[in-house]
Amino acid sequence: MKNTMLIALKEFKSYLTSPMAYVIACVFLVLYGSLFIWYLEDTQYSDTSINGYLDIWGNLVLMLFAAVLAMRLIAEEKKLGTWELLLTAPLRDTEVVLGKFLGSLGMLVSMLALTLYFPLLLRVFGIPDGGPILTGYLGLFLLGATSLAIGLFASSVTSNQIVAAVVAGGMLAILYFIGIAGDAIGGAAGNILSYISLYSHFSAFVTGIIDTRAIIYFLSITALFLFLTIRSIETSRWS
Amino acid sequence: MIRVENLTKYYGEHLAVDSISFNVKKGEIVGLLGPNGAGKTTTMRILTGFMMPTSGDAWVAECNMATNSLEGRRHIGYLPEAIPLYTDVTVRSYLDFAGRLRGLDPYRIKDRIDDVVEICHLEDYIDVLIGKLSRGFRQRVGVAQAIIHEPEVMILDEPTLGIDPIQVTQTRRLIKELGQEHTILISSHILPEVSMVCDRVVIIHEGQIVAEDRIENLSTILKGSQSIRLEVRGPTSAVTRRLQRVQGISQVRYEKPYHIVECPVDQDPRSNLMTAIVQSGWTLLSMGTVDMSLEDIFLQLTGEEDFDDDEELEE
Repeated sequence: MKNTMLIALKEFKSYLTSPMAYVIACVFLVLYGSLFIWYLEDTQYSDTSINGYLDIWGNLVLMLFAAVLAMRLIAEEKKLGTWELLLTAPLRDTEVVLGKFLGSLGMLVSMLALTLYFPLLLRVFGIPDGGPILTGYLGLFLLGATSLAIGLFASSVTSNQIVAAVVAGGMLAILYFIGIAGDAIGGAAGNILSYISLYSHFSAFVTGIIDTRAIIYFLSITALFLFLTIRSIETSRWS
Repeated sequence: MIRVENLTKYYGEHLAVDSISFNVKKGEIVGLLGPNGAGKTTTMRILTGFMMPTSGDAWVAECNMATNSLEGRRHIGYLPEAIPLYTDVTVRSYLDFAGRLRGLDPYRIKDRIDDVVEICHLEDYIDVLIGKLSRGFRQRVGVAQAIIHEPEVMILDEPTLGIDPIQVTQTRRLIKELGQEHTILISSHILPEVSMVCDRVVIIHEGQIVAEDRIENLSTILKGSQSIRLEVRGPTSAVTRRLQRVQGISQVRYEKPYHIVECPVDQDPRSNLMTAIVQSGWTLLSMGTVDMSLEDIFLQLTGEEDFDDDEELEE
């Protein structure tokens, strides 16, 4: 636990000291702000929540930025040579992986927290429906955590950050859009495809539903990719 | 302190380390010598727990690095070949992180940072970003992170690679100082390098140990003969024949554009060679002694004749 927190803090701090992270956070906020305004305009200020834009673009933007945040986590250490420092220190691989995951989650949550002023603005100028906004953010948090875990796994299989981001982006896109393919196919196979889709689990949250199946789904996918990351590191020790 | 038994490592089909065994006793400084690609780094990576061996065992401080790696790693200070530095932090915060990573008590870290900064002469650079340091200073920070937790065993992979001669001397002195308190395994592909700091050398080539001995003993084996390199303007084969007749010369060969002459180490036939060339009416353009290179040593130790064709070799 102490070691996990050590790595997590180090990761979080290295985001805060890196100009790249500020650029990423800034672009993220600009995009979210634009989406917010666009959505308000589009609905003629008639919606009482912000969930419409989260459901269409907000979630995609979040996944993209999670992949970008996660790409450096292991790939950069491999490039710098510091990976050898971490893997020869008296730390379990699990502690390294969990630490890196939590550190990047901290950054992503901070970025999300900065978007909370949109609902606050709504509150100033109207009477927004708080419930769906809260569940929407819960959904974003879970989706973000899952995306980071997938990004972390992608980062563990290469020493090139760009490759890591592309691999993560690809995996996320497949997991996201596979539901659309599932709907098109229909039948039992279609249902299975829809079930493993990120999108079909996310959309319930924006309507104000806390679906425990969806929560378990996101936590399971997160755990699965963290586990795969640990195995990927173990494999690299043996190969 | 370090015990390696029949250690073998395959990378896929490629055999990197082939059943090597050696020991390093407490307080010893041992050099692992070999050309690039000999298996030095692989051996060290297994010893530090970064990699697992295909077969065989490695013990550090009585811990088997395959089964009890976590405990073993506590006793090791490791400087990998690529110095593991974060470029966007200061020396102080990097050492702080390295100390905590090795499980150093948080309240002792400040004192230890002061200690290692003094040992490695980094006082003026402690609050400088690592990215702004030159290679030589980065290397010192690398040594500092390896000793911050007062490890019993230090494993240094090519610690003098890529730094200038003055810094090489300083590093050598530093390693010797550290050797008074630590058990050290150091790798290099330069013989004088290890012979200056080590008590004992293990020479490996193509994953196998070809020699293992104390420096003094090794030198006597190796100093059986010396080479002199001549550049002569004259008919090549005639020059070769003439040089062979000079007293005290054991062998002459021609490597364009030089004639390489070998003679016993206790003789100096240079004036005889000069006289012979001048009397024959040729011109001597240059003459000098040739230091025994690592290739020559391997040639002597392994008896391999085609060693020059080995592409993995540098130096």
